[in-house]
Amino acid sequence: MNLRIENLGVELDGFALKEVNLELEKGDFCALMGPTGAGKSVLLEALVGLVPLKTGEIYLDGKPLSGLPPEKRGISIVYQDYALFPHLSVRDNIAYGLRFRKVGRSDLRMAELLSRLGLEALLDRFPSTLSGGEQQRVALARALVIEPEILLLDEPLSALDPNFRQDLRRHLKDLHGVGGTTFLLVTHDFPEALSLARHAAVMVNGRIEQAGKIEDIFLHPVSPLVADFVGMKNLFAVEFSETSARIKGLEIELGRKPDTERGYIAIRPEDLVLSREPLSSSMRNSFAARVREVRSHGFYAEIDLEINRLVFTAVVTSRALLDLKPQPGTSLHLAFKATAVHLIG
Amino acid sequence: MRKESFLWLALASSFLVLLFILVPLLRMVSAPSLAALRATIIDPEVLRSLWLSLYTGISAALICFVFGTPLAWLLARSEFRGKRVVEAIVDLPIVIPHPVVGIALLGLVGKNFWFGRLLHEFGLRLVGNPLGIIMVMTFVGLPFYLQSAKEGFASVPPRLEHVARSLGASMFTTFFTVTFPLARRAILSGIIMCCARAISEFGAVVIIAYHPMIAPVLMFERFQSYGLKYSQPVAVWLIVVCLLLFVSLRLVGRGPERTRSGGAR
Repeated sequence: MNLRIENLGVELDGFALKEVNLELEKGDFCALMGPTGAGKSVLLEALVGLVPLKTGEIYLDGKPLSGLPPEKRGISIVYQDYALFPHLSVRDNIAYGLRFRKVGRSDLRMAELLSRLGLEALLDRFPSTLSGGEQQRVALARALVIEPEILLLDEPLSALDPNFRQDLRRHLKDLHGVGGTTFLLVTHDFPEALSLARHAAVMVNGRIEQAGKIEDIFLHPVSPLVADFVGMKNLFAVEFSETSARIKGLEIELGRKPDTERGYIAIRPEDLVLSREPLSSSMRNSFAARVREVRSHGFYAEIDLEINRLVFTAVVTSRALLDLKPQPGTSLHLAFKATAVHLIG
Repeated sequence: MRKESFLWLALASSFLVLLFILVPLLRMVSAPSLAALRATIIDPEVLRSLWLSLYTGISAALICFVFGTPLAWLLARSEFRGKRVVEAIVDLPIVIPHPVVGIALLGLVGKNFWFGRLLHEFGLRLVGNPLGIIMVMTFVGLPFYLQSAKEGFASVPPRLEHVARSLGASMFTTFFTVTFPLARRAILSGIIMCCARAISEFGAVVIIAYHPMIAPVLMFERFQSYGLKYSQPVAVWLIVVCLLLFVSLRLVGRGPERTRSGGAR
C-alpha cells in the first residue's frame, strides 16, 4: 500500500474531518469526490501537512507522516488557481523544487515533461502572460518534475474553459501513465472522475461515505447521499462498434467513433424525449419502451422505462405528465439525440 | 441636479485641501533667494546637520527593517491570542505625543535610572549622541514600517507558500524565495515611510539630543536666534535631500521583472 490514511480526524473552525480511512496503491489514480464543503480540500491540506491532525495517522510506504513538515513528505500539490510564483519565469517555476530534492537525471525528466506538456516555447515567459490552460500545465510540470510519491490535484480543471479542460484531462491521463506517482484528484464532477480515475472515494460532511472502484460506486451507491451525488442516471457499460454503442441487443447511435472498444455511455434524464406515438424528428435514437414506475416530485416527475431489460430514467415536467398519462405496464416512445450521449472512458 | 451640486462641493473641498498642503510648501521653497540657498549649503554646520539627519534616519529605517520584518510577518500570517493587543502596542508610537516619547526614552537611558547607568558603565552614551537620536527615530518610525510590511506579507497568497513547502522548501527558504520577493515593494515603501518619519522627528529627538543637531533642530535654533529668514533655506535643503533619497530608493526597488512580464495575455 502506497498511501494509507487511518482514522484521520481534523478539527478546524466550524469544520471537522471524522474517521477518514483510505488506502491507495502505488501508481493508483483515485478521485476524491463530494459536494462543495464536504472537506475534500481539508483532507488534501492534512496530507500535505498544512493542518494538524487531531486523531489518526497518515502512512506513506508504511512510514507515519505526522510530525514531518510539508517539505519532507514527498507529496506535491496542484491547485485550482495554479498558484504559480508570479516573480519567476516558467523555467524557474518548474525548476523550483529541483534544488531541494535530488532527482536523478533531472534535466531529462524536465525535458520529457516539457515536451509532453508542450511547454518548451514558454520557458522564458512569466505566469501573468500565460492562459489558464498554460498556467495549469506549468503547475503540473512543477509538481511532477521532483518525482513525488503522491500528486494531489485540487480541482485542477474547474477554473478552465471547456476546451482547455478536455486538453488538460488528456495530459493528466498521459502523465499518470508515465511515472510511478500516485494521483489523488479532487473533483465534484462525476463524469470527470469516471473518465480519469480507477478508484474513488465520496466524501460528505467530513466523512468518507464510500470508497472503492469507481464503477462500483456508481452502480452500487451505499447511501442515498452518494447516489444523489453521482447523480448521472442512465449510465451503461457498452461495447462500441463504429459509431454506435451496443448493450443487450440495443444499438445506440453516437454520431462519432469512440477511440476504445468498450466503455461507458451516459445520458442525462432530461435529454430523453417521451411521446405516445413515434416522433418523426431528426433524433437518431428512438425506441419503444415499457413504463415501469412513475415518481412525481411536484413540478417534475421521474419515469423509469424499460427497453430489453435495460432501465432508463427520464425527467418530464408535470405538464408533460398530464399529456403522456404514463401507467406502469403501458408503452411509450423514447428518443434522444446522438449528441445527448456522453462517452466516458 | 442635487447630485451635480454634490459633485461641485466635493471638487471645491478637494481643491481647498490640496491648496492647504501645497501653498505653504511652495511659499517656503520660493522664499529664500538663490544666494541664500547657496550660502546655506556651503555652511559646515548645515552640512553636518543634514548629514546627521540623513544617516540617523536611514539607520533607524534599517533597524526597523531588520528587527521589524519578523514581527510584521507574524502579524500577517498567524492568528494568536492577544494579537489585537500586540497590534495596539505596535501603533502606540503614532498616538503618543512626541515629547512624551522623548521623556519616556530619557527616563530609561538617562543617568537617573539603573539601566541608563549600566549603559554608561559599558561606555554606551545615548543622551546627546547620534546613537540616542537613532533610538528615538527607530521608536517613532517602527509603526510605519510594520504596517506597510504587514500588508505586503498579507497580500502574498498563502497558497504560494504551501506550494513551495510541498516542493521541498523549508520555511526559511520559502520566506526568502517566495514571500519576501513578492512583498518587496511594500517592504520598500515601509522603509521609505519609516525613514521619512524618522527624519521629520523633532519633539522627541530634542529631548534626548539637542546636540548634535539634526536638521529640524538646527532649523528651530536658527528660527529662535535669527528668525524665519534664516531657517527657511535649511528647510528647503532638507526637503531636496529627502526627495532625492526617496526617489532613488523607489527607482532601485522597481526591479527588472515588471518590464519583462508586462506583455499582453
